Amino acid sequence: MKKLMIGNEAVAAGLHDGGLGVVSSYPGTPSTEITEFLAKYDDIHSEWAPNEKVACEVAFGASLAGARSTCAMKHVGLNVAADPLFTLSYTGVNGGMVICVADDPAMHSSQNEQDSRHYAIAAKVPMLEPADSTEAYLFAKTAFELSEQFDTPVILRMCTRIAHSQSIVELGEKIPAVLKDYEKNPQKYIMMPGNAIKRHPFVEERTKKLAEFAENCIYNTVEDNGSKVGIITSGCSYLYVKEVFGDTVNILKIGMPNPLPEKTIRDFAAKVDTLYVIEELDPIIETYVKTLGIDVIGKDKFSLLGEFSQETIAAAFGKDAPEYVSADSPIPNRPPMMCAGCPHRGMFYTLAKNKITVHGDIGCYTLGAVPPLNALDSTLCMGASISGLHGFNAARGESAEGKTVAVIGDSTFMHSGMTGLVNIAYNATNSTVIILDNSITGMTGHQQNPTTGFNIKGDPAAKVDLEALCKALGINRVRVVDPYDLKACETAVKEELAEKEPSVIISRRPCVLLKSVKHEAPLTVDNDKCRSCKRCMTLGCPAISMKDGKAKIDTTLCVGCGVCKQLCAFDAIK
Amino acid sequence: MKTTSIMIVGVGGQGSLLASKLLGRLLVDEGYDVKVSEVHGMSQRGGSVVTYVRYGEKVYSPIVTAGEADFIISFEKLEAARYAKYLKKDGRIIVNTQQIDPMPVIIGAAEYPENVLDELTAKGLKIEALDALTPAEAAGSAKAVNIVLMGRAAKYFDIPYESWIKAIENTVAPKFIEMNKKAFELGYNS
Repeated sequence: MKKLMIGNEAVAAGLHDGGLGVVSSYPGTPSTEITEFLAKYDDIHSEWAPNEKVACEVAFGASLAGARSTCAMKHVGLNVAADPLFTLSYTGVNGGMVICVADDPAMHSSQNEQDSRHYAIAAKVPMLEPADSTEAYLFAKTAFELSEQFDTPVILRMCTRIAHSQSIVELGEKIPAVLKDYEKNPQKYIMMPGNAIKRHPFVEERTKKLAEFAENCIYNTVEDNGSKVGIITSGCSYLYVKEVFGDTVNILKIGMPNPLPEKTIRDFAAKVDTLYVIEELDPIIETYVKTLGIDVIGKDKFSLLGEFSQETIAAAFGKDAPEYVSADSPIPNRPPMMCAGCPHRGMFYTLAKNKITVHGDIGCYTLGAVPPLNALDSTLCMGASISGLHGFNAARGESAEGKTVAVIGDSTFMHSGMTGLVNIAYNATNSTVIILDNSITGMTGHQQNPTTGFNIKGDPAAKVDLEALCKALGINRVRVVDPYDLKACETAVKEELAEKEPSVIISRRPCVLLKSVKHEAPLTVDNDKCRSCKRCMTLGCPAISMKDGKAKIDTTLCVGCGVCKQLCAFDAIK
Repeated sequence: MKTTSIMIVGVGGQGSLLASKLLGRLLVDEGYDVKVSEVHGMSQRGGSVVTYVRYGEKVYSPIVTAGEADFIISFEKLEAARYAKYLKKDGRIIVNTQQIDPMPVIIGAAEYPENVLDELTAKGLKIEALDALTPAEAAGSAKAVNIVLMGRAAKYFDIPYESWIKAIENTVAPKFIEMNKKAFELGYNS
């Protein structure tokens, strides 16, 4: 059956049809849907893990047990899972294991645009890179065989454009899931020095064999159109090259970026006068081609930054661009923002009002950084708010401790905030951490996590008691506030900052977009009472604007949270 | 056959996903090669969102670049103006006259360009502005703005009316089919 599928759905279908038994992942755009689609199959064990390291290790355990397994994550998630990855390269697998990683060139929803291909090279494991949903299905499905044949985990690299673009897929036969026998094998699976030292030569030998395999595999393809211009490309860059050049140049499409096929590249280069490498982000293929002593044009012509398109490639070759017309009037930006009724807003308003230094984290609440709240001072990576706060306070002492906090979401706290909090208790800075508990993993589109009480299937599950957990980690002062209550927020923040010991404030209210959350009637402004002071505008609520000099509430957006009402000194908001 | 490029643009939460789903399903059923590219994640939170739909005999790139779009279907005025440069010289913009202020306008840091569609029309762009909200509400839901706009756009496609209706039946949840068929009809006859 022919079906339009986003790349991530095709990966899920491919993994399933390839005989997958166990998937464990942590959500992260643009990888999240792989696991969401896998969770729809009842013949697979699926789960959201607290972080990518756990997910990768679960997949390792499942592979050891004899099942075909996978874990999926975004590019920065692979940093978290890098520890198991590098030694998994040594142990190899029992059941086939595929690590799906989705890069985000142009940073649509990320804090950097690192290139995951470096990991495949550094960890010495094979990597596959599809260019559309058809290939995503095929590569995912066959990756298990590759994994088992060469006794290695395989990385399947997606990127935003492939992950979130739909193209037509024709599904094939499902390979039945098989549980291979588990046999104890300490030399292979206990990676202490005496054993690991014997596995390293295996890894090097395996890379040589994989390089031979790469010369004649289904993943790399040559299109010889008799041209004297040759382009080596991969992933979505291939699509843009085809869009611009069609069948007028020779193309070597790399679907297996590690290890690269030396002979194929040499033969391809020998047939052309001019050779280009067109790849997004870092010059991985280009650098390899240059080490072969082959002249090639790459990053001199094509950017290291962001995404490509047919337009950028046509422009690089000096081709005429289509004409277009644009407006002369300035077009205001429309940046993303916290939703009307977002429970994070009240707490951020409180922090901004009191001029608190705020160490931020990764999630919807990163949007606390944008105007008019401008409430954040830093955002680095998952969990860094808490550890960063501790370091900040360790460096500046009392002068900082009374006016600096960390903010972190419930899911991010589970991911890697807990260890930072232990550090605060153990190494004793007088730090205040605010857990913004909206009872869901928000930014990635509402995934369950260990604090929500539900698992990936929506079935009831063990629920972490955040108050008890923080206390168990060594924090004596733990209190809960409702972020819709501005006065309570302010009291809590001021009191905890004044205390001479570490503390946690749990700012608790479910995400307003959750179906289970009942909305109040929208509020309205009494124009006779509104004095146009614009105090309500300092909240940055998308439902409030100024019309004809008076505040106006958009009743289609307002959910009646009542935060603006508490700010109005003239009782104009009802 | 040349590839046709369509952009569906609007504000996060306006329902562009259903519009692209409908279009994708329709074009696959009509036997075309199709690519649809959409935005997920952070930009969905009230930000500017764009979906690309491309179809033809063989489609490579999933995205549309400046001067390439045959159609831009916009759920909001400012977003139509933002993406106008993507329109092909003889392309057509179909835009809902709804105005949603972005945060820079709300906080007074920027002005909403009220007359931007007139400005673009004066520059020679083919722009059809319509109030899609009234027919959507007449059909039964303000949320059907997306389908009203698809109905209006459908007039310019070489695809039978019945095929669009079939695609609606195949994409929309059963209890909303009649409402969306009505919204489509109102858009088509507008």
